[in-house]
Amino acid sequence: MGILSLAIFLPIVSGLLLLAVGRDQNASAVRWMALVAAVASLLATLPLITGFDTASSAMQFVENLPWIERFNVSYHLGVDGISMWFVPLTAFITVIVVVAAWEVIETRVNQYMGAFLVLSGLMIGVFAACDGLLFYVFFEATLIPMYIIIGVWGGKNRVYAAFKFFLYTLAGSLLTLIALLYLYFKAGGSFDIATWHQLPLTLHEQTLLFFAFLAAFAVKVPMWPVHTWLPDAHVEAPTGGSVVLAAIMLKLGCYGFLRFSLPIAPDAAHEYAWLIISMSLIAVVYIGLVALVQKDMKKLVAYSSIAHMGFVTLGFFIFNPLGVSGGLVQMIAHGFVSGAMFLAIGVLYDRVHSREIAAYGGVVNTMPKFAAFALFFAMANCGLPATAGFVGEWMVILGAVKYSFWIGTIAATALIFGAAYSLWMYKRVYFGPVTNDNVRKLTDINAREFGMMAVLAIATLFMGLYPKPFTDVMEASVDGLLKHVAVSKIPGAAAPAAVAAAVVEAAAPAASEPAATTEATQQ
Amino acid sequence: MNAMNWLAVYPEVVLVVMALLITILDLFVTDPARRPTYWATQLTIAVVGVMHLCYFNDGATVYAMQGMVVADPMGHLLAFLACVATLVTLVYSRPYAASREMLKGELFTLTLFALLGIAVMVSANNFLVVYLGLELMSLSLYALVALRRDHVLSTEAAMKYFVLGALASGFLLYGLSMMYGATGSLSIPQVFNVISGGAPNHAVLIFGVVFVVSGLAFKLGAAPFHMWVPDVYQGAPTAATLLIGAAPKLAAFAITIRLLVEGMIGLAIEWQQMLLVLAVCSLVIGNLAAIAQSNLKRMLAYSTIAQMGFVLLGLASGVANGNTLSAANAYSSAMFNVVTYVMTTLGTFGMIMLLSRAGHESEEIKDLAGLAKRSPWFALVMMVFMFSLAGIPLTAGFNGKLAVLQAMVTTDSSLYIGLAVFAVLASLVGAFYYLRVIKVMFFDEPADTAPLAAPADARFVMTLNGLAVLVFGVMPGGLMHMCATAVVKALAT
Repeated sequence: MGILSLAIFLPIVSGLLLLAVGRDQNASAVRWMALVAAVASLLATLPLITGFDTASSAMQFVENLPWIERFNVSYHLGVDGISMWFVPLTAFITVIVVVAAWEVIETRVNQYMGAFLVLSGLMIGVFAACDGLLFYVFFEATLIPMYIIIGVWGGKNRVYAAFKFFLYTLAGSLLTLIALLYLYFKAGGSFDIATWHQLPLTLHEQTLLFFAFLAAFAVKVPMWPVHTWLPDAHVEAPTGGSVVLAAIMLKLGCYGFLRFSLPIAPDAAHEYAWLIISMSLIAVVYIGLVALVQKDMKKLVAYSSIAHMGFVTLGFFIFNPLGVSGGLVQMIAHGFVSGAMFLAIGVLYDRVHSREIAAYGGVVNTMPKFAAFALFFAMANCGLPATAGFVGEWMVILGAVKYSFWIGTIAATALIFGAAYSLWMYKRVYFGPVTNDNVRKLTDINAREFGMMAVLAIATLFMGLYPKPFTDVMEASVDGLLKHVAVSKIPGAAAPAAVAAAVVEAAAPAASEPAATTEATQQ
Repeated sequence: MNAMNWLAVYPEVVLVVMALLITILDLFVTDPARRPTYWATQLTIAVVGVMHLCYFNDGATVYAMQGMVVADPMGHLLAFLACVATLVTLVYSRPYAASREMLKGELFTLTLFALLGIAVMVSANNFLVVYLGLELMSLSLYALVALRRDHVLSTEAAMKYFVLGALASGFLLYGLSMMYGATGSLSIPQVFNVISGGAPNHAVLIFGVVFVVSGLAFKLGAAPFHMWVPDVYQGAPTAATLLIGAAPKLAAFAITIRLLVEGMIGLAIEWQQMLLVLAVCSLVIGNLAAIAQSNLKRMLAYSTIAQMGFVLLGLASGVANGNTLSAANAYSSAMFNVVTYVMTTLGTFGMIMLLSRAGHESEEIKDLAGLAKRSPWFALVMMVFMFSLAGIPLTAGFNGKLAVLQAMVTTDSSLYIGLAVFAVLASLVGAFYYLRVIKVMFFDEPADTAPLAAPADARFVMTLNGLAVLVFGVMPGGLMHMCATAVVKALAT
């Protein structure tokens, strides 16, 4: 069994085992088993980091077995520089989620832990799949545990949120299924994604495929205007559910753009880049403003997630290495930061059972240690240099300025809005005098909470100070992707689009730029 | 072609002999639980099923009874699956029937005769044999629906089923007589030859096809010939609902292939259009009407209509751009879809029986409330069935839908691709009401806290049923391959 198979099936099997044997009577045993399984799954992914060949843009750790022979579907796994980091990230976030639920979840503990472990394996499967149908199966299957998690352990309006989450995402991905089947047919009966990348397609076909993929991925990211499910899902989900949603699930959509939309339909991607860029900028600016006026902390962070994801899609569709790697870095950084933000809200919610900003005030007086962490993460969320949040945004803005000065300028305003909503929320919740008895009775975080906050803070700080391990892994694959995207796939087309030609030139010297950014960050 | 070839019809011979013997045997059974009858019936079905499986593995196509019957792999595979479906149905039905005074000899003998009718239909090679099998099955099922004769809803359902079923049979028979008039033969291969050799009277043929398709649509339960489905599914005792809803769908699929494909593929341009209209109507009506239902059986009935829409889409994708290159792919996909549907349906109606007990039907959706707390395991199993019907990956239902969609997209015609998009959007609507059942089971508080009364064997089979839906969701290759072999061989002769 290969490393990737182990990373996928270790959590799934242990999750199913917990479902089968766990009972609420032995909840503490269930918790420990879940923790052991999550940590073991994380350890199982570490060889990916140490054994990854950063010089190659090809798929690594490849496993390929026939699966459904009638349709030529294979169990084909592999990671390249684009997907590699998301595998350990997913396993890491799962450990955090298990720890975060430790004392909080008291009913149906085995189902809760089991659902998250299964979800973790399925999401790793999405990142590792090299076969179109395998990708789709994992992509859709992630809906099942999340639906249950929101519906069973969620807040008051959980049923509405769970349905909205499921149906929105399903609507998008069903159209993608047709696109996948069309590609299967066009490729002469193959679901291999690498084969699809080489497939010549007319502009008309590419356009249809591009929008079919957009339907699935835009909902998942989520991009404006199909983002409305996310605030609902976040607000109603239990803390762990919000963490996984923000940290990993949104990235499945972003990842889909890089794996499907760009390389399979490059001409359509160039043709409609204006659309994606506009949608991204609207997300960055408009959703940033929407976040500003939220009264509910979770909703505020949810909207800030949408704005941050706008950065990611913006980075992908300006077709230069800075933008794409910047988007990827932003995805990972957002995994740490938004996860931590939701955990922080969870910590407060567990004590006061309210997410309203107005229900708090002066928390710093009663929970100083916690407030310090919360400040750090709020800063990271608005992109303070030396935190992970800064690196990705900075790279994307640089890339955007290169592409067009005004797009870069509009994107850069996000730093202002980000600072505004993060810090204003922080001010209202933490600073000032203690406003009510609930806050007066608060006790500071215990060792468990301190531990998980500290781990995330270290990760955020490390990535902010030294992003080289992350960017190095991406470099070769991102360059390979952009070179591929620059070449037209329209059969018989003489010259690629003018935009594409410019990108080829830009791609060559740009290889060293992520490193340059790194140095800039460290100063 | 003219030989009797008794060997090929041994399973049917065993079935008819045993059905008669069990009828007599039951007269001497004094046990109120009817154990000897039950076990004799189950043993018979098992033996017949194994025989069909062995014949299927042989892979030979044999004409028997002077060309009246064609014993080919498709017939054997469908008959085998019908045996499995009936066997499972009886396991689920026994406790349910026992607590409703339905556990009589008739339940078993009528089931055996219905199964015999199915076995005749799936390997019919002659219009009259198709009709004979159909009537044998239908008459047995009418009586089974009316088995609770003091129950108002059941008798009403039986009446409705009988009247509309007889009408459908009449349609079919009238259509077949038209075909006979135009081609001068009742034998399916000969009809095929006459039609492909340039039909003498095209207008009569088309007229006949219209009636044949209407009759088949009635039997499949496709809109707009679906009126009987919700009433009968709801009104019949659940055991009878399952007998109607599972194995007969395989038979209806088989005669559709035998009549339309093997006999009238030359007229495919005509009947494919009709099937497409039926499919679109079924998807719309089935999915939209199911949303409004509060009765689980009625909801599942509408869901059946929608699922049949998918099967029809597969059947209608065989001949595209004027050639039959994609025929085997399309028909085997439709067949796989039907099989996965039957597998899931066994589970859903089986679950309704499993949760019922004396004096309590458990057929409203709200009766499932909080099942996850009453019985986490069966809530999980039911969740698998619901996701399978909704077509979510890792379940058999997803692969069934995938196969059909694949067949449609592979035609490379924009009409079919457009319809594929329509079909997935329709199944998105469908996902809503399946999700609602899951919501009731998992998110709601239990209203009924009584423990499950079902005996161990029904629970065990239910678990196997759930696992089967998962296994064929994860590893569908083997069954897909069997369906492909069966269809390829049926088309080759």
